[in-house]
Amino acid sequence: MSSSEDVLLQVNEVRYKKGDGTLYAMNERLAWILEGKDTVSVSHKYADIKTQKISPAGKPKIQLQVVLNDGTSSTFHFVNKLGPEAQIKDRDVVKELLQQQLPRYQAPARPINKELEEKNRLLCQNPSLLQLYKDLVITQVITADEFWIKHASKFMQKQKAQAQEIGVSGAFLADIKPQTDGCNGLKYNLTPDIIESIFKTYPAVKTKYMEHVPIKLSETDFWTKFFQSHYFHRDRIHAGIKDLFTECAKLDDQELKQDINSGISDPLVDITSFEDTSLAEGYGITPDKPTSSAGNIVHQSMIKRFNQHSIMVLKACQEKDAAQTNGTAPESKQSNGAGSSDSSLKPPEEKRSRLQEKITYEDLDMVSTTQTAPPLRLNLGKVEGYLQGSAPQAGYTSESHGGSLANPEEFRRELTAWCSSHAGQSSLVRPAAAVSALGELTPGGELMKGFIAESQAQLVPPDLQLELRNLYISICELLRHFYACFPPTTPQLEEKVVKMYEAIDRFHATRLTPFEDRVRAEFSPIRHHLTSHLHQLIAAAYRKFNTWKMRQKHFR
Amino acid sequence: MKLSVDGLLVYFPYDYIYPEQYAYMMELKRGLDAKGHCLLEMPSGTGKTITLISLIVAYMIENPFSVVKLIYCSRTVPEIEKVLEELKRLLAYIEREREVPNTMTGVVLSSRKNLCIHPQVSKERDGKVVDGRCHTLTASYVRERHKSDDSVPVCSFFESYDIEGREGTVPPGVYNLDDLKAYGQKMGWCPYFIARQTILHAQIVVYSYHYLLDPKIAEVVSKELSRNAVVVFDEAHNIDNVCIDSMSVRITRRIIDKSVQNLQFLEASVKEMRESDEGSLQNEYERLVEGLRQANEQRETDEILANPVMPNEILREAVPGNIRTAEHFVSFLKRFVEYLKTRLRVQHVVQESSAGFLKDCLEKVCIQRKPLRFCAERLSSLLRTIEVSDLTDFSPLTLITHLATLVSTYTKGFSIIVEPFDDKNPTVSNPILYFSCLDSSIAIKPVFERFQSVIITSGTLSPLDMYPKILDFHPVIMSSFTMTLARPCLLPMIVSKGNDQVAISSRYETREDVAVVRNYGQLLVEVASVVPDGVVCFFTSYLYLESVVAAWYDQGVISNLQRHKLLFIETQDAAETSLALLNYIKACDTGRGAVLLSVARGKVSEGVDFDHHLGRAVLMFGIPYVYTQSRILRARLEYLRDQFQIRENDFLTFDAMRHAAQCIGRVLRGKTDYGIMIFADKRFSRSDKRSKIPKWIQEYLSDNLCNLSTEECIQMCKRFLRKMAQPFTQEDQMGVSLLTLEQLENEELMKKTEQKAHAKLS
Repeated sequence: MSSSEDVLLQVNEVRYKKGDGTLYAMNERLAWILEGKDTVSVSHKYADIKTQKISPAGKPKIQLQVVLNDGTSSTFHFVNKLGPEAQIKDRDVVKELLQQQLPRYQAPARPINKELEEKNRLLCQNPSLLQLYKDLVITQVITADEFWIKHASKFMQKQKAQAQEIGVSGAFLADIKPQTDGCNGLKYNLTPDIIESIFKTYPAVKTKYMEHVPIKLSETDFWTKFFQSHYFHRDRIHAGIKDLFTECAKLDDQELKQDINSGISDPLVDITSFEDTSLAEGYGITPDKPTSSAGNIVHQSMIKRFNQHSIMVLKACQEKDAAQTNGTAPESKQSNGAGSSDSSLKPPEEKRSRLQEKITYEDLDMVSTTQTAPPLRLNLGKVEGYLQGSAPQAGYTSESHGGSLANPEEFRRELTAWCSSHAGQSSLVRPAAAVSALGELTPGGELMKGFIAESQAQLVPPDLQLELRNLYISICELLRHFYACFPPTTPQLEEKVVKMYEAIDRFHATRLTPFEDRVRAEFSPIRHHLTSHLHQLIAAAYRKFNTWKMRQKHFR
Repeated sequence: MKLSVDGLLVYFPYDYIYPEQYAYMMELKRGLDAKGHCLLEMPSGTGKTITLISLIVAYMIENPFSVVKLIYCSRTVPEIEKVLEELKRLLAYIEREREVPNTMTGVVLSSRKNLCIHPQVSKERDGKVVDGRCHTLTASYVRERHKSDDSVPVCSFFESYDIEGREGTVPPGVYNLDDLKAYGQKMGWCPYFIARQTILHAQIVVYSYHYLLDPKIAEVVSKELSRNAVVVFDEAHNIDNVCIDSMSVRITRRIIDKSVQNLQFLEASVKEMRESDEGSLQNEYERLVEGLRQANEQRETDEILANPVMPNEILREAVPGNIRTAEHFVSFLKRFVEYLKTRLRVQHVVQESSAGFLKDCLEKVCIQRKPLRFCAERLSSLLRTIEVSDLTDFSPLTLITHLATLVSTYTKGFSIIVEPFDDKNPTVSNPILYFSCLDSSIAIKPVFERFQSVIITSGTLSPLDMYPKILDFHPVIMSSFTMTLARPCLLPMIVSKGNDQVAISSRYETREDVAVVRNYGQLLVEVASVVPDGVVCFFTSYLYLESVVAAWYDQGVISNLQRHKLLFIETQDAAETSLALLNYIKACDTGRGAVLLSVARGKVSEGVDFDHHLGRAVLMFGIPYVYTQSRILRARLEYLRDQFQIRENDFLTFDAMRHAAQCIGRVLRGKTDYGIMIFADKRFSRSDKRSKIPKWIQEYLSDNLCNLSTEECIQMCKRFLRKMAQPFTQEDQMGVSLLTLEQLENEELMKKTEQKAHAKLS
């Protein structure tokens, strides 16, 4: 052992692979030396160690296992002759030491440069960017630097802007689909998103979590308990079983009650004050209060929970808004409250405006009280293009700049003809007609009788759709940059055109062709439709490039 | 605009008018000219209220001697407030146009709960408590006592009103609840009694049905209203039930027990009084002997509820001798309560007529009919004499005396049913004695006889011919108006089967069927996924809603639903439901979209509008038949069959369909609004049901929309929504569903539109 390292700890009588020896914990590594030898047979750097595991209490063998980053592991068996107690003590000393040492090596183990980290974060946050990165950089269509400079620039800028608050889905609890694990157990999948949603919606659970994790319970245990509680299973009633979440339910109930007691501000929905009689019990045939025994209490509490859930989801989303938008609101409210002496006279104006809103018939008034913004009109430069789809490629290529300039007379004539045919026509088709035509062309419409709704969307499996979409995203990004170079007036632009052309070419070879091969092999009936448009796009770009190349040669 | 309706100059506070509004005015004018009653149906959202009040107000201006008063009755407090708001607008417009200061007064009357400004009493939430506490502060004998003893509290607002305000009248204008309160605050007067006083001379009175239909309230409040009045019952599709409810009484064991306590208290206080202050008891007795019906001079504050029978049924003679003495009356009541107690001690259901009940009563406890008839009056006289502090404490005993008076007054049209237990849990003994009114015409008859024109109107009154029968009156005008639309903004559909072709129906036999419940769920989920913003569903009953929601939870429908929209459900607790509704609206406003599950015949279906984005689609799951096994209903059906020759099934279908129409109609509140209406039950496509859907919906329910599957329905929805998403401007409506004054004056066009808008019944 020719090391200059300090030995922090030395434990004798440790067995490794059936050989007894001594375990050393040193400054930077964990080592084990077979008895009677002086060469180190096992040596793990702390930086390589991922975790350590210990044998559960009660097991006859007292062991400690270290798992390395590459997945391999080494198990040390403590065989102190003084018996299991001493063995455990030995083991615990090692464990403690490792516990102290490991974190030190893990966190700063890889000094990532800041920029890389930033880029990584950016990729994580933008799935579409990540996809683009995968498609273009990893397949080496373009280089990473190029990617960051050109394609991700807008993301780089945007990162300064505040990230949008993520809302809460109404069905987040339903999305935790339990899966049976085959032996009477259920497995719930929780994602950070869902946990976040739970915390936002049920602040009571969050406080519980803060209280219990990790001091009293491990995180897993906490969630296990959560899923077991009636609080999650809304069809169960809490029948005296004391569990962690009973209190949460009570808190929620209290909050709801508070909301109810604070009164309903909108007079139009306050059902309790609809009736204008105050007769005592016993008048009329219909019972005043439905007997509670009439219904199923389980169902009733479930219904209550659904309402509560929706209300809380809504609240979770709105609190943020309120806090952000009107920071000055509470103040003004207070002054309002101070102004009106009697609370029963609180907002007659508000009520009145609500009523006014209800009784006003906008269409009966000459000038509509609410000024609606003028509808946006489509401003089209080329109406045929809109009506008939894009012009055929052949025409497009022949229509070069030189051609039209060479024949200005013809161009002008055509222009006047076109203008006169569309003069004064502000909209192309009346919206009503367009919609009715569209309606007739959808399944169930007049023109679609006998049509079997078997569209491509149904034929193509979702994963293939996703892949195709990714291809589109990538190629569009490349094409965007390609076309942005035209007309190439500077040498830099010219250079870029060539580069982009090459990138497209590479994309074609490395991404599109394999995809097509796969489609051909697996989904033969649809292979043609699927990629024909992609090919058209690429072909158009090639043509454009070739004309430019040719002209360039010509000029030289 | 100022328009001429059959020669009458009508001020209409808008620049344009809907053709059906004009047609409605024409009919209404004819009805007023004939001084007869009208039955008019006009779709919701076509400005019924403004049409009504602008015509009637114009009529009052033109013929100040033939019609002096408009009494506008509506059902819920928000509805009443809306009417007042429209009235304000109208009067302001008239004032501007005529350039004469307004002389009309419009006033609302509501319960004390909504009008009280007393610093403590107004804090109470329960209407009964407010009434009771008001009474303890304002009853004549309390005020009398206050004069000698300052420690007896009185209401300062009432006192100053009594001194200063009684003579004067409020300045002309329209007073809603808040205005009355503000006026009361300003003057230091009690708004409730200002309103009570003002309705006597105001030209326009707006209040709830009960103030006119319920004899025990009407006698206190509306007794002195002028006869030359036009009475409007808006939202009157349920008027028969209001009538029946106002004459019916329900006695439970709890009430018996409490009234026994009341009697003990009465006995003790009579005894005490006999010893300390015999004079007033003697005084009461002597006045009764003299034949004065009211032993004391009556003040408006002393009475909360009057005699529960119709005024023409009250005997104009002295109280019979055997109940004149207080002690005798108390023991008389004791006997009667004991008798009722024995009647509640039954093991099987008993059903009998009033006559049978009286005969049994005579045999068992020797109580004759005549003293029973005076019970209610005699008790209120006694309660005044012994000066009870809180009348509401005596409400159980008051109820018993009301039963006594009712049962001995009416021998026809009523029925007594004693049920020892609830049908749903026969093991729990919960005896109830129902004294139920079977004839809705009894309560409304005095109104028809007293006022020169009564107008019954609603968005859904189809079939019109049912109402004259069950209310027993002869309308001079009976009309149903459709809605002229420039674009088909409603899409009614009958969905009769799910995607698996299983028929969907809430028939009793199949309603719990898994396939039916699943198909309902699937329909809702699909609708929620294509329809923006709010979706409202109505179930046939609360129990059905509960069981379906539970089944949906198990089937995962709820989770699917939550993926698209937030879910809110009506509960039996009104406060909870209000909160859910508030959040439903919030969810729609914020653009999240929401689904509301609700119940036909529930409070939501009767009082809450889902206009515009709050309700883009409404689904009616099943036909909302009333619980047909109810004995009260059976008795009423029998009575209707025997008296009015209405077949049971006809009435049940009529009742179910009017509620379905109510639910469905909630979603469309105007011509610029649009909505999908889905009737999800196979039985809706049968002609007997389909023909009872209101005309304005039926018109758009073409044959190809009558037997759809879920998928077909969704396709229709998609097409419809796309059409509706197109810009829709005033110009599009002009001339078709919207008329200018010039167009209106163009006679030919007018005739044409009138024909279109108006389908008169033969």
